[in-house]
Amino acid sequence: MKVVIIDYGAGNIFSVQQAFKRLGIEATLSNEEAEIRTATHVIFPGVGHAKSAMEQLKSTGLDKMIPTLKQPVLGICLGMQLMCGWNEEGNLDGLGIFQARIQLIKSQFPDYPIPHMGWNDVQLNGKSETFYFVHSYVAEICEETSGITSYPTPFSAALKKDNFYGVQFHPEKSGVAGENLLNQFLAE
Amino acid sequence: MQVYKRIIPCLDVQNGRTVKGIQFESIRDAGDPVQLAKFYAEQGADELVLLDISATNEERATFIPIVEAVAAQVNIPFTVGGGISSVEAARNLLRSGADKISVNSSAVKRPELISELAEAFGNQCVVVAIDIRKVESGWTVHTHGGKQDTGIDALKWAEDAVLRGAGELLITSMDGDGTKKGFALDFYQEIEQLVSVPIIASGGAGTIEHFEELFSKTGITGGLAASIFHFSEISIPELKKGLSKKVRIRN
Repeated sequence: MKVVIIDYGAGNIFSVQQAFKRLGIEATLSNEEAEIRTATHVIFPGVGHAKSAMEQLKSTGLDKMIPTLKQPVLGICLGMQLMCGWNEEGNLDGLGIFQARIQLIKSQFPDYPIPHMGWNDVQLNGKSETFYFVHSYVAEICEETSGITSYPTPFSAALKKDNFYGVQFHPEKSGVAGENLLNQFLAE
Repeated sequence: MQVYKRIIPCLDVQNGRTVKGIQFESIRDAGDPVQLAKFYAEQGADELVLLDISATNEERATFIPIVEAVAAQVNIPFTVGGGISSVEAARNLLRSGADKISVNSSAVKRPELISELAEAFGNQCVVVAIDIRKVESGWTVHTHGGKQDTGIDALKWAEDAVLRGAGELLITSMDGDGTKKGFALDFYQEIEQLVSVPIIASGGAGTIEHFEELFSKTGITGGLAASIFHFSEISIPELKKGLSKKVRIRN
């Protein structure tokens, strides 16, 4: 097994690498196509702003390369959002792997502050599990939705299409539930 | 659904050790912040806050290895703060594995720091910590560990911090800190009407009922405490069990 974390200068790469280390796996960080293609499993992480992240992807050609990957690919948080369609944050088109559009959460404070920050339930594979979220934009429900959370409106907490997986929450920060999910991904 | 209310232990770290005194028999070296952080995560803490309260640069240098070790061993999110006054300092801590950066006095001194951090790392990464005290006209912002009254109106500063890019506020009532008389509910009820970001309340927690009041009488999503956890006055499982009947809490 070889896990490669795509390093395109966006966010929480160290956290994700540490999470794999806790599972006993030394994940490699890389932004080079040749290296990424040799992976058995690819992680596409990200926190921060969609626009600057997309610019980084374009400048390295990763935007064209990621959709052609054949091994299991897991997008986390902003990574997942960039795998989707039109993105309201920065008004841009994502990689188009998933068809969901990305839109700002409709603010309803004080009960629903933004960012959606903290632990929430995800309806995933017929059961309810609790994961840690930090985000202000959400992927709408679409054909590829595999997990749903409501805040307060339902959105795609997980997406799946062929070898591509995406999660809005942070499995690397979601305690035991997150570790189980990463292990399941590695078993794909 | 609303998020689960968050129970957040806070560790004050100085010269590589947790201070404020710890009384855990279950931890061999109770002063080790890494062991303590891991213990709290296993006990069901929803997040952690680590504050570097070092007085000197030599002491300060001991903080980064602790952040790295916590990141390596703890599987829940953690915020770090204490003396961060530049994007560069924040970047070093994030690279060491911190999830969020908390700024306090340095942001009061130079509010542009908030927008600089938000631009560099995203709003979700920027926590603005505000220490408040009640005065005749309302509440004012205090700095330097609560010792200096800036005279700045706390509600106005909180609003300003959010406009500048704070993704979360950590508000400590210095009147309540250490008194165990409960959270400053009146302040939280006002502030939550003014800002749209999540708020962590701190200062005054002494009983399970204090947390229950906070979470049922306000929309505040996080409750932070230090000594009641460190001294085993209330364990996290006990607190969560006590709250679970009335409050949405993660088991």
